[in-house]
Amino acid sequence: MSTIKVPTNKVPSALTIGIARGGLEIKQFLRQRESVVFTLAFPIMLLGIFGSVFTNELTDGVTFSQYFVAGMIASGLVNTGFQQLAIMIPVERDFGTLKRLRGTPMPAASYFIGKVIVVFVTMIAQVFLLLLAGIAFFGVNLPTDPAKWFTFTWLILLGSAASTSLGIAFSVIPKSGRGASAVVSPVVIILQFFSGVFFVFTDLPGWMQQVAAIFPLKWMTQGMRSVFLPDSFEASEVAGSWETERTFVIILAWFIAGLVISIRTFKWDQQK
Amino acid sequence: MSSVISVRGLKKSYGSTQAVAGIDLAIAQGEIFALLGPNGAGKTTTVEILEGFRTRDSGDVSVLNTDPAIKGETGRIWRNRIGIVLQSTSDAGDLSVKETVAHFAKYYANPRDVDEVVNAVGLAEKSKELIRTLSGGQRRRLDVALGIIGSPELLFLDEPTTGFDPEARRAFWTLIKNLRDSGTTIVLTTHYLDEAEALADRVAVINRGVIVEVSTPALLGGRATSLATVSWLSENGPQSERTDNPTALIKKLTEGFKGEIPELTVKRASLEDIYLEMIGGADVHN
Repeated sequence: MSTIKVPTNKVPSALTIGIARGGLEIKQFLRQRESVVFTLAFPIMLLGIFGSVFTNELTDGVTFSQYFVAGMIASGLVNTGFQQLAIMIPVERDFGTLKRLRGTPMPAASYFIGKVIVVFVTMIAQVFLLLLAGIAFFGVNLPTDPAKWFTFTWLILLGSAASTSLGIAFSVIPKSGRGASAVVSPVVIILQFFSGVFFVFTDLPGWMQQVAAIFPLKWMTQGMRSVFLPDSFEASEVAGSWETERTFVIILAWFIAGLVISIRTFKWDQQK
Repeated sequence: MSSVISVRGLKKSYGSTQAVAGIDLAIAQGEIFALLGPNGAGKTTTVEILEGFRTRDSGDVSVLNTDPAIKGETGRIWRNRIGIVLQSTSDAGDLSVKETVAHFAKYYANPRDVDEVVNAVGLAEKSKELIRTLSGGQRRRLDVALGIIGSPELLFLDEPTTGFDPEARRAFWTLIKNLRDSGTTIVLTTHYLDEAEALADRVAVINRGVIVEVSTPALLGGRATSLATVSWLSENGPQSERTDNPTALIKKLTEGFKGEIPELTVKRASLEDIYLEMIGGADVHN
């Protein structure tokens, strides 16, 4: 039996299409086994390496792994969002995938929503596995204070969103999909060193700290430290405080900046 | 006759290069309209302006009674009514044929049935296969499936059969004619003149940013009345003569030969001959 469809001009909403795109992006991500393994296992490997190299405790009962896990989660936000997208989108542009989408009634907002969803879901999986491995093998302790979990939740949500919007914004810079990795990866690695992901932030030279303070990764890392380190560490931060409100404002500002730049400059094809 | 596309005085330059130098077009509802022209003639620019991918410098353009430069929600409603099959799209290919078509169906207000579309483009057997396992021709048919899934009133096809084997091309032509017969207007750009001849109700030849002629494939460039070439073999070797009256020539030859005229052929100009003459001619006049 066939149903008679009455033609309508009511195109599906941007959100409906965006959610469908999110599902599709997740499906595509899961089918690229190398990138699944890399995204989910790499942070655990790094934690393992750094946890084995720096075995001393920072203070009583606080291992370097405990310090490092905060940095790993924060830099996971940058890797799954910013780095992944700033490399993948130029590839999609080269393939003509974006131009084809441009020719359909799919609005740009849906494309962005789909990206936020896949970044967010990957991020949850990555953090979950990292913490699991941290607890099981590297003596990482989870916070017990609900206020810290609250901070953790908004950091992941806002951090994923900011990282996604900045990745989309940055995707106009690589000239081709092939060269994208070479343009994007150094930016990320330098930021990681400057932002206290691999080292104790307060051990870094002052000028490095100041450069890092412009960018969101430093604030994400600091925010995560406020979640995973005991409050006794707060005094040893550069500002002598976790600066939670400032962290929120700065990451939010980067999110909005990324969004505005994305909307204004996004390129659907390699047209000159 | 209602015009699905109407264009007047369309112009577009890139820097100092004038890609489109004043084009007028009227494409009627339910016809297959082919655009022919050498690379760099302004064909792609024209079509991309009609598709809303590029802006124009000047001129009036109406596609389905809408300016293709339209943006926002009204732009989406307009896009809902058109289908675009671009040149060379290649995806990472981690989705199956059916998954991809079913996903694109979600973009439109009135999508066609997914299985029906997959069938129509001849990919029923490949429905569950990942795109990366498809051949070039099969990928192209998937592109077409994605172009028609939204039940478009107007379909743009850019070099649709590049990489097809002859059998797949025939099947594809049938598909396109069926779409036309169901009322879809089709704008086709192609390098294959036999394709234009087999499919198009009308063709336009573009060269150097202007339209040289618009006609039916049979009448283009005075083809129907052009000189015929009669060739045969005489005692002195192969002979050939161009004439506007081949019947009289053959009658004369018949009298000269007692019986069969050896290796007799009468050849009219092919669409390709006419086309090459037209774009070559435009070259000379410039």
